[in-house]
Amino acid sequence: MTEPVLSVRDLRVWYGTDRGPVRAVDGVTFDVRPGETLGLVGESGCGKSTLGRGVLGLTPAAAAVDGEVVLRSTGGAGRNLVGLPAKEIQRLRGPELGLIFQEPMTRLNPLMRISQHFEEALRSHEKGLSKQEIRTRALESLRGMGIPESRYRSYPHEFSGGMRQRIMIALALVLRPAFIVADEPTTALDVLVEAQIIKILADLRKNFDTSLVLITHNLGIVAEACDRVAVMYAGHIVEQGDAREVFANPQHPYTRELLRSTISLSTTGLHYIPGSPPDLVEPPQGCRFHPRCPVAMRGCATVEPPEVVLPTGVVSACWQQAIEAEPSLVDELGPGGREPLAAVEEISVADEA
Amino acid sequence: MSNTSKQSGSLRRYILTRIALAVPMVLILLILVFVMMRVAPGDPISASQGGKLNAAELAARRKAAGFDAPLYQQFWDYLKSVVTLNFGTTFSDRRSVRDIIIENGGATLTLTAGALVFATVIGIPVGLLAGRYRDRPVDVVARLASTVSYAAPVFVTAPLLMLAFGSTSGQASPLIQLNVPTQTHILILDAALDGDWDAVGDIAQHLLLPSIALGLLIVGVFIRMIRINLIQSLQGDYIEAARARGVRERHVVARHGFRNALVPVVTVLGLQVAMLLGGAVLTEKIFNWPGIGRQLIDYINQRDYVAVQGIVTVFALVVVVISLLIDFVNALIDPRVRY
Repeated sequence: MTEPVLSVRDLRVWYGTDRGPVRAVDGVTFDVRPGETLGLVGESGCGKSTLGRGVLGLTPAAAAVDGEVVLRSTGGAGRNLVGLPAKEIQRLRGPELGLIFQEPMTRLNPLMRISQHFEEALRSHEKGLSKQEIRTRALESLRGMGIPESRYRSYPHEFSGGMRQRIMIALALVLRPAFIVADEPTTALDVLVEAQIIKILADLRKNFDTSLVLITHNLGIVAEACDRVAVMYAGHIVEQGDAREVFANPQHPYTRELLRSTISLSTTGLHYIPGSPPDLVEPPQGCRFHPRCPVAMRGCATVEPPEVVLPTGVVSACWQQAIEAEPSLVDELGPGGREPLAAVEEISVADEA
Repeated sequence: MSNTSKQSGSLRRYILTRIALAVPMVLILLILVFVMMRVAPGDPISASQGGKLNAAELAARRKAAGFDAPLYQQFWDYLKSVVTLNFGTTFSDRRSVRDIIIENGGATLTLTAGALVFATVIGIPVGLLAGRYRDRPVDVVARLASTVSYAAPVFVTAPLLMLAFGSTSGQASPLIQLNVPTQTHILILDAALDGDWDAVGDIAQHLLLPSIALGLLIVGVFIRMIRINLIQSLQGDYIEAARARGVRERHVVARHGFRNALVPVVTVLGLQVAMLLGGAVLTEKIFNWPGIGRQLIDYINQRDYVAVQGIVTVFALVVVVISLLIDFVNALIDPRVRY
């Protein structure tokens, strides 16, 4: 098996607030291999975007980052990006690491022509490029995204949202990064454009072996475009594995609830998960999902569940599977730990009132 | 049609539309100036001669001055005087208002330009520093100073400046005898054109304190505007996007932050010119600066409505022209400013 392009180990990103640190990303571990697309899903506010920015060293100055983000460039040894001087990680952003954003409308400088965006990006990383070389490479990249040459000197406001997103992708790709984080790249766009963008991203890995972390809350996109999927809840990855396996056979109760909440043509009644994602300043003890979990046990409220690798290769962090896989773990839950947690009912009733 | 030509075409259209829209604006302004003059009680004749002359004599003089004519007739005459840039002749000293503006306008222009230079040279760098280093000492000092300068009116700052620096800056010493031919009616330019550098230096020395006094009126707004715009533009989405492409931090701040922060400032600059003209009236009086503003005060004291009406009209027209120019500059900087 090829070595991962990016290995994230126990990554933590905390924001300082008046109430105390917000644990937006709290001990996250995953790998992305060359040409692989990892889907990162979860509700709003569960730390997906922070995780994406944490990988690129783009967290605000007030945030503390801890753990390991090891980037292995082609032919090079891996190096840990966490704690790297700002100047050095800045040099990696662009030629090694790319980021595509959620809202393309505001991501281009309104006073700069598209051509100037490309000139700036290329000159930042490759010294001594002639204007002609820049033009050739920029136009090639834009053509790949279906933006005609005649628009090269236009201003951002002369493009639609979908076109701007394609320009943003072209801008990221012109430097040929091996690894790209796409942070909900289609959320702000209509469905036809969405399909177009997803197709472009899928072609990327085919043509250039680009690795992708695709952040989304659209599970349909994950099923369509991702090799593997990681489900995030309250700063943790609760389930991770082959996308088809996870969707066909969701293990973690949160994944199951998330999949049940998906609306499709066959949907008869709307399902939602009662309650809302927890406060990340004071997250619940034990399993963070236990207050909303339909199958929570008493022990779930006190002891954090271990991550277990299931026979399918899926990794899940839930006591139900942990006990099944390793019955001796039951002792950790304490006496009566397997009793169902009744509090769940009360919470959902209170929530509706 | 290539895209570039489409661009410049729309810029031309924008400029022409703005000029066309300025016409009704000027008309409304003229009506306002005219009506305000007529609404004020009394007229120049009764103000200066009331009590000295009998009623019949007053009426005769009023008739001679055209004050008995119907209002529309008077307005028509006023419009004609504006279109021909003639503005009539003053009552009190029988000078042509146009001559007053030509002779004294240069001094006001010099003073306003000096104040604008002071405000820009101080305001832009301080505002950028305060925004870049938000909540650091430089920002706290800049914010405090800008509030004080904004809150202090000219009639407070000008005497204070005189007291503190009047003698050291050479403000109090009389202007050296000028013997330069009049070409532009702008004293400092005339002296420079004549090659009389002693005179240029002397004028510049006398210009310093009034310019600062007047500039202080708007520098606070400059600092605050630039600061808040920079803070906002540095939080902009395109700033993060530029960082994500690995653009050097220095370029991110300068190219994406500063430039976008200065766009709204251009607009404010235009509005502040109107404020400067108002402030110039007081500044000229306090520093005995021979501009139109000082003349205006003198004429108001003499109730010389023709002179006041003429000068106020010129001020109003200048503000209209400046705001038009500002709109053009804005359109040049920001490609989104188009019709």
